[in-house]
Amino acid sequence: MMDMKVANLGAASMSMPAIGEPVTRNEEANHELSIRVRDLNLWYGQTQALQNINIDVYQKNVTALIGPSGCGKSTFLRCLNRMNDLIRGVRIEGLVEMDGRDVNEVRMDEVALRRRVGMVFQKPNPFPKSIYENIAYAPRMHDLVSRKADQDELVERALQDAGLWNEVKDKLHQPGTSLSGGQQQRLCIARAIAVQPDVILMDEPTSALDPISTATIEDLMDKLKKQFTIITVTHNMQQAARVADYTAFFHLGELIEYNDTKTMFSNPHTKKAEDYITGRYG
Amino acid sequence: MQTNQLLLLFSGVLLLLGLIAFFMGRAKAARVRSTGTSMYAQPDQYAWFTVLATAGPAVLVGALGSFVMLLLGAEIPTLYLLAGSLVVSCVGLMIGMNRVRPDFHARQAIERVIRFILAGAALISIFTTFGILFSIISEAVRFFQMHSFWGFITGTTWNPGASFLEAAGRADDAASAAQFGSVPLFAGTFMITLIAMLVAIPVGLMSAIYMSEFAPAKVRTLAKPVLEVLAGIPTVVYGFFAAITVAPVIVTIAGALGLEASFNNALAPGIVMGIMIIPFISSLSDDVINAVPDSMRQGALALGMTRGETIKHVVVPAALPGIISASLLAVSRALGETMIVVMAAGMRPNLTANPLEDMTTVTVRIVAALTGDQEFESAETLSAFALGLVLFVVTLTLNLVSVIMIRRFREKYRVNNL
Amino acid sequence: MSQSFDEISAQLKRRHRKSARLKWLSMGALGLAGLFLVIFFADMLGKGLPAFQQAQIRVEVTYSEQSQQLPLAAVNEDVRELVSRGWLRTLPMMMRDNPQLLGTSRQEWVLADGQVDQYLKGHYTRLDDDEKEIVDALAEQGRAELQFNTTFFSRGDSKMPELAGIMSAAMGTVMTLLVTLAVSFPIGVMTAVYLEEFAPDNRLTQIIEININNLAAIPSILFGLLGLAIFINFFGVPRSSPLVGGLTLALMTLPVIIIATRTALRSVPDNIRHAAFGVGCSRWQVVRDHVLPLALPGIMTGSIIGLAQAMGETAPLIIVGMVAFIPDISASVTDAATVLPAQIFTWAGEPDRAFVEKTAGGILVLLTILIAMNATAVVLRKKFERRW
Repeated sequence: MMDMKVANLGAASMSMPAIGEPVTRNEEANHELSIRVRDLNLWYGQTQALQNINIDVYQKNVTALIGPSGCGKSTFLRCLNRMNDLIRGVRIEGLVEMDGRDVNEVRMDEVALRRRVGMVFQKPNPFPKSIYENIAYAPRMHDLVSRKADQDELVERALQDAGLWNEVKDKLHQPGTSLSGGQQQRLCIARAIAVQPDVILMDEPTSALDPISTATIEDLMDKLKKQFTIITVTHNMQQAARVADYTAFFHLGELIEYNDTKTMFSNPHTKKAEDYITGRYG
Repeated sequence: MQTNQLLLLFSGVLLLLGLIAFFMGRAKAARVRSTGTSMYAQPDQYAWFTVLATAGPAVLVGALGSFVMLLLGAEIPTLYLLAGSLVVSCVGLMIGMNRVRPDFHARQAIERVIRFILAGAALISIFTTFGILFSIISEAVRFFQMHSFWGFITGTTWNPGASFLEAAGRADDAASAAQFGSVPLFAGTFMITLIAMLVAIPVGLMSAIYMSEFAPAKVRTLAKPVLEVLAGIPTVVYGFFAAITVAPVIVTIAGALGLEASFNNALAPGIVMGIMIIPFISSLSDDVINAVPDSMRQGALALGMTRGETIKHVVVPAALPGIISASLLAVSRALGETMIVVMAAGMRPNLTANPLEDMTTVTVRIVAALTGDQEFESAETLSAFALGLVLFVVTLTLNLVSVIMIRRFREKYRVNNL
Repeated sequence: MSQSFDEISAQLKRRHRKSARLKWLSMGALGLAGLFLVIFFADMLGKGLPAFQQAQIRVEVTYSEQSQQLPLAAVNEDVRELVSRGWLRTLPMMMRDNPQLLGTSRQEWVLADGQVDQYLKGHYTRLDDDEKEIVDALAEQGRAELQFNTTFFSRGDSKMPELAGIMSAAMGTVMTLLVTLAVSFPIGVMTAVYLEEFAPDNRLTQIIEININNLAAIPSILFGLLGLAIFINFFGVPRSSPLVGGLTLALMTLPVIIIATRTALRSVPDNIRHAAFGVGCSRWQVVRDHVLPLALPGIMTGSIIGLAQAMGETAPLIIVGMVAFIPDISASVTDAATVLPAQIFTWAGEPDRAFVEKTAGGILVLLTILIAMNATAVVLRKKFERRW
């Protein structure tokens, strides 16, 4: 359970949120449920990496996961599209529910899950193919497009949504790896949105980038949340404050506080979150 | 025998001189040191220096002398040569002893010599390559003086039959008989190589894919060494297996299908050679596939690709330069493989596209030409070197292309262990 | 707006099937490679194990004046065709060495003819029906049986299968490999030490490196051509001798040892070198006292693997004439000799069917030694493996 109950006496006057809900609601945000997580525990071999995580993630928002290194935020993120399946010796218990289905159940097709929950990684990882092919590849495999013209249109739209179109429209057939780091990362975002997922997971998407590319990607996230649910891991608190509607603070494998971003950074409910945010550790 | 005894005596004396040098050098250095003078090096180092000064020049003179004898045909009696070397070593001993002085850097001198020797050892590999090139080219040139290069490259009849007559000075009688058209040999070589690759590349590549992408860790640790066993079996053993076991099976199967197969068919050596090359391709491909960064796989999986699609469309294309490089090396190996074809393929130069017929290869003819009772000067013997030259050029080219490709792959993904 | 999981899953069925197919196909490929190995070993064991047994028959041997002149007379006429001719030929010599035998006669187990051996093993034989009957009768009386074949391990080559053994080839292999080791080990290690620890990074060094990698990939038969042209024709090293064979193999083994040694040297971390430099060692002292001892297990492993490779090599040795018929063990490295793989090659070419099992038997011996060598290398590596 979350230990946010008695941290701040001043909060006692507020109504206690239900399990998994944020402490304070962000009234500007959308509150349709996207992913519901209940009592999620995860072990790498003998070590427990996640403990009793409960969280409701809402659609068409940016939710930021923050916390010191090794706190389990990336591990948690990878639970949402079962990327942890790729690691040997991982054991998961608890519920991760999306669209009324437990994503960890046996009958759940992890490939289908990943089609709906896309991911952008820390280091840009374009395929060793052309820019065009990087984007067109997945939709073609998923039968989202059949005609060449549709495909061209889809590539253009994805690149435009990712804010990359003007920079690359004349060199679509050059290799994706020829772009700069920031462009590569936007290419990876374009690649992810081209398959029309519901949720996009971003695992520290700007940590390998320069400040200008970072700003571009942050703007992009703000734009994309109109269409997609975005969950991003960051260890840059300013970034969380700038882009996120809701912020979740992880520490040592536990979710310490889940709150409206403004409240989280101005008036956190837990001592640990406050210490972290004010830079006392981390 | 005379020379052997002389050599033995020479080595003995030299060893003795070396020992004397060691103890004299050390004694002198110790004496100087005991007077309280500080020296640049330790007595042992002075001792070793004197040994080097004694033996080094002597061995050099001896080696140089024998080389001059071999290369220029100069007649220096061995006795004089060795005696001369010994005189040089005595002079060396005296100079060496003279240099044992406090202000002499004995250690640096020794290390310069050591460095020199090490560099010399490194040059031997170059000498080997030049040796191969020189020996093959010089004999091949002699062959091409007897037979035209053009006829060798384009001729379709290989019939060295009576070429020994030429060596016996009866070239006129033999001119019509001996023909050295290498096309059928190369056709046979390529046919067998092709069959080998048709076995080795699919099986090797797929095994590598299974081991690096699907197999549980246990299977992987077991399968790798088991495959390596295939690579460690001597080729002569594969040759026996191909000739005694596989060829009859192929003849039987072909017979059952109503086809006629020779017992020296090209299929048996080809298949067995392919089996031999499987671990070659699988282990190199496995390394390359493992070197493809995991972020590539994750990128594809996160887009909702299946495991198979990820492998087919992302991992294998990324690893392709490495896989091609491995295949080129494998081709080069198959072209130069000798024992399997000597034992299982035919001797008859045969220009055909039917793998069930017997055909011969370049390496078979090289062995045949050099194991007969031919004069070394005969055109048939020399033809082995002409064939060897072509083989050398082709395999060298394949190897270089392969090295360039793997280097490109390595630079692309910054992998250092390939 | 977006599809449900079930809709997507339904579309995915075909793609999952394809993915599974790739998995099974690749597993099948690995299985196929394993199957080849199993078939191969089963075949070799099946063909080669009988070679370790040899038919012996118990007959009356008469040591008389007559049999000294005409050894055939030493045994009864009915079994004369069944006793090894080669063995009979050794009789006069045996009687000369043991004069007290003269005039005696006794029941003895003697080496049977190769055809009897094949018959008892159930293979094709040239014996006629009468002879077969006699052998059957002898076998029934316990006077003809298969016994452990000591001849195979103690004698050299012979044209008579029942007398052919691998001893001379094995000794030839030992001598050849000693030459190979004596030449390639020091030069290989020195080259690697130079390239790894001393060489400046210049054009020449790069050329040497590329060259070494190329040497490792040159077809072995070309090394034979080199041996023939340079060692035999130019330097006058005796043809067919372990010396020329060993030198030729040494050049082939050189790159293997160099590459293994360089890897071993490279795995010694730089801070060991820095520490040694720090206490005032010269470069050579660092290498001699610190780096080489730490790299030694890796160097040994690489050398054993290189030697194992050289041991199985045949093609270049054929070119330098090491396929001679060698019935006796050679005395020195300059005498004509043969090696195990070359012996296998020679036997494989014998028309007599009895030699098939000799060949396979020789192969089993060779494979056993090779596997033992490689296993030693693996054990050595495991035992001394250090993680830095």
